[in-house]
Amino acid sequence: MAKLIAPGLWSEVPSPFCGIGADDLTVRVRDDGAVTVEDNGDPVTRAGFEQPLGDKTPRVDGRPVPLEAAVSRAAELLQAAQLPLIAGLAADVNGVRAALSLGDRLGAVVDAADGEALLRNLLVLQDSGWMTCTLAEVKNRADLIVMVGGGLETGFPRFFERHVWVDGMFVRAGERRVIHLGQAPSAAGRASPGKAPEVLACDDVHLPQVLAVLRALVKGESVAAEAVGGIPVARLAELAKSLKAARYGVLVWSAASWNWPHAELAVQTLCELIKELNRTTRCSGLPLGGKLGSQTATQVCGWQSGYPLRIRFSRGTPEYDPYLNATERLLDEGSADALLWLAAFDSEQTPPPTEIPTIVVGRCGMAFPRPPAVFIPVGCPGIDHPGHTYRTDNVVAIRLYQLRSVGLPSSAQVIRAIEQRL
Amino acid sequence: MLIKLKGGTVYDPAHGIDGQVRDLYVQDGRIVEPPPGARVDREYDLSGKIVMAGAIDMHTHIGGGKVNIARVMLPEDHRADPQYHTERLRSGCGHAAPSTWTTGYRYAEMGFTTAFEPAVLPVNARQAHMEMGDIPILDKGGYAMLGSDDFLLRMLRDGADQKAVNDYVAWTLNATQCIGIKVVNPGGISAFKFNQRALDLDERHEYYGVTPRQILKTLATAVHELGVPHPLHVHGCNLGVPGNVETTLKTITGIEGLPLHLTHIQFHSYGTEGDFKFSSGAARIAEAVNANPNVTVDVGQVLFGQTVTASGDNMRQHANAGHAHPKKWVCMDIECDAGCGVVPFKYRDRNFVNALQWAIGLEIFLLVDDPWRVFLTTDHPNGAPFTSYPHLIRLLMDRTFRNEQLSRLHPEAQKMTTLASIEREYSLYEIAIMTRAGAARLVGLEDRGHLGPGAAADITVYTPDDDVERMFAKPTYVFKDGELVVKDGEIVHVTWGTTHTVKPDYDRAIERSLTDYFDRYLTMKLDNFIISDEEIAEDGRGSVTVHPCGGRG
Repeated sequence: MAKLIAPGLWSEVPSPFCGIGADDLTVRVRDDGAVTVEDNGDPVTRAGFEQPLGDKTPRVDGRPVPLEAAVSRAAELLQAAQLPLIAGLAADVNGVRAALSLGDRLGAVVDAADGEALLRNLLVLQDSGWMTCTLAEVKNRADLIVMVGGGLETGFPRFFERHVWVDGMFVRAGERRVIHLGQAPSAAGRASPGKAPEVLACDDVHLPQVLAVLRALVKGESVAAEAVGGIPVARLAELAKSLKAARYGVLVWSAASWNWPHAELAVQTLCELIKELNRTTRCSGLPLGGKLGSQTATQVCGWQSGYPLRIRFSRGTPEYDPYLNATERLLDEGSADALLWLAAFDSEQTPPPTEIPTIVVGRCGMAFPRPPAVFIPVGCPGIDHPGHTYRTDNVVAIRLYQLRSVGLPSSAQVIRAIEQRL
Repeated sequence: MLIKLKGGTVYDPAHGIDGQVRDLYVQDGRIVEPPPGARVDREYDLSGKIVMAGAIDMHTHIGGGKVNIARVMLPEDHRADPQYHTERLRSGCGHAAPSTWTTGYRYAEMGFTTAFEPAVLPVNARQAHMEMGDIPILDKGGYAMLGSDDFLLRMLRDGADQKAVNDYVAWTLNATQCIGIKVVNPGGISAFKFNQRALDLDERHEYYGVTPRQILKTLATAVHELGVPHPLHVHGCNLGVPGNVETTLKTITGIEGLPLHLTHIQFHSYGTEGDFKFSSGAARIAEAVNANPNVTVDVGQVLFGQTVTASGDNMRQHANAGHAHPKKWVCMDIECDAGCGVVPFKYRDRNFVNALQWAIGLEIFLLVDDPWRVFLTTDHPNGAPFTSYPHLIRLLMDRTFRNEQLSRLHPEAQKMTTLASIEREYSLYEIAIMTRAGAARLVGLEDRGHLGPGAAADITVYTPDDDVERMFAKPTYVFKDGELVVKDGEIVHVTWGTTHTVKPDYDRAIERSLTDYFDRYLTMKLDNFIISDEEIAEDGRGSVTVHPCGGRG
């Protein structure tokens, strides 16, 4: 647990920002509330911790008001709406719990931020399933790691340092092979001690074809093409052979960066390829994600409603529709008539532009091109209040601690207050 | 407030009360002696009603990672069983993998007041407690899974002494806020990570050289020496494999008299006789259970229909994934701790194997003599959803009904079971033993499962009905800690139960080796792994109840 080792100095602080739950940070909190990461920071984590505190005053139509007035106004707007939309859902477990309680009470739609990205994996889980592992299995077991698609080392800067370039129980760092299928890694991913990264280069948009051919090769099908996405099929055949020969291969991807239509089909191809490999050897997938509380949102929605996101409560029971209940669609089509945007981790995670009355329960310091109807600044979980958040691998819930007291409410407190005011 | 429950016909096996008319008094959530001269604030006339303690499910998958994978995976199952929002109730979904709210409501509506999640992966315990924290009304608790975790396997490989293992087991119970220790396919979940596809009782783990027999013996000894009331909870080797009855019998005799609970034993009672090379081993299993008083079992009854199997045993789940219905499944290797496998499944009465599984479960129920040592489970949701318990109770209590159901099954399966010739019908007293008094005693709940003064006032009242399925499905009243929560099978008030735990003492020196191990191999700090009481209690609803351990070390 986070320990105060000197005035204003905390050690063993877990990061709510990095997606991999690194909990070895040293964090300094100054008397004025400013936070800096002293040790073991990375660009993602530092950017999360070090956001300026900002103005703590709630606002209605841009004017400062007491918290109670902002809560009342939010309740009025939500109650007046035919179909309120509770979106963003970027919060700790208690924040998501509160949002679901409010959504159930109001008959709202509840959705998470960047649902498209989350669904690229979730639709595969719901259609055919997968075989995956967690970070400690990668660290201790993986002798072949295939990074599929680009941007992984910049999105998850400490993934390699903490899980790949270290000796594990069953494999030493120097024995691991790391192959990049797609992009050559940026500088951050090239620092592997003593080893140049192996790269099978292609544009990410060609990954569906590349993965389909790799799956065919793993299954032992003959492939007529000589190259796919610019990669010679012979090299993919070597990769297939390496995966079959590995004791424990891991294929890593981040669906958030697979921005093409129906990218879930590429995820599915990847997952079926992994199942195929497990006929004879061991291999697992590791989807990277979980930043800004996205795994937390889908987990809590899952256990409270049965569905991970895009849930409509308007008929009195949760109804899941991954297409019709999308935030973007409800806003574009004008079917939602009030928006509550929940974003407690990142003051830059602002609500989507919309004309409908918008209530923002957002991390203190959030700025808007146009003031929303209501803005209630809240504390960040893991800085301003304790809480829980999920890591990318879904299994491990991280206990977050309070590092400073600057008088900010938690998103759960604010949303519960709104519900009580209805 | 003093409540009087007047003139009910009471079944309270912990006190030998078998259908006697009694008055019960409840004050401040507890059953009390009638206070002389005190004014009764509320009286319920229970003449003609049946009164039992609230029921306890000692093995049901209600919270934690694999349950939530099952939920998220099965939108099509939820759609058929919606739970509507009311002034009192949160919306949700039911059937095979119900939402947390619905889990609490549906259990309470059947007169259950306590349930235990039997497969808490230590690294996932935080999630299990958060999910159970969102299950209303019920008391709950968990069994922490050990036996495929690398820390223990390293200890065994290195010949660590029993005392050190005991310390590790005690530390795990404390750190995970659990009440018992479970082992699943001992060593097998780890072996699967090394690409071993089977691990029989005396087979060696290819990397560690350790056998399941060693793991079972060491853990059963640890649990016993620490004085943890609940015996080691064992999901044995070779689940679902024809012929596994031999392994199960060897497991029973091999434990050499130590207390052992064999869970969902139906799945471990298969022979290889007959044209289909699949037969019932129930008679032999029941005989062994009857002969070994250190052994308890729960059945894991199969009932027909769609469900989902969710297990820590990813070795066996992967082997059975081809039977998935619908065709989707998940297997995970988890954090040098364990694993999980989630495979949706549909049991069909016209399928020979499924039909015989149904019969094998019932044979075990009916052939084990002592109702204190056999427990009513479907291994929810693996054999069937928990909502089928009233139907299962009717199968046990009503021979005519049972044989009528049997006559509809796959004809070859009917030939392979002795069920039609078994005359036994469970009595209400025996049902009260297996679902109340026995379960409480098995888990170590001294103040639950009975109706004596001092007990928590978890009380279920039924109106007798010729159809016991209907009777058990809709109690007339359910009281939780003295508060009326269900009337005529419907929730009238929502309360929050406690989390039952044990916290045996241990030598803190074990934390030094654990700290080194966590820093070197795991992905979080030891202190961040440990779950504090505040985490369970800070929402203002939850609480931690610690039950005593009588150390025998």
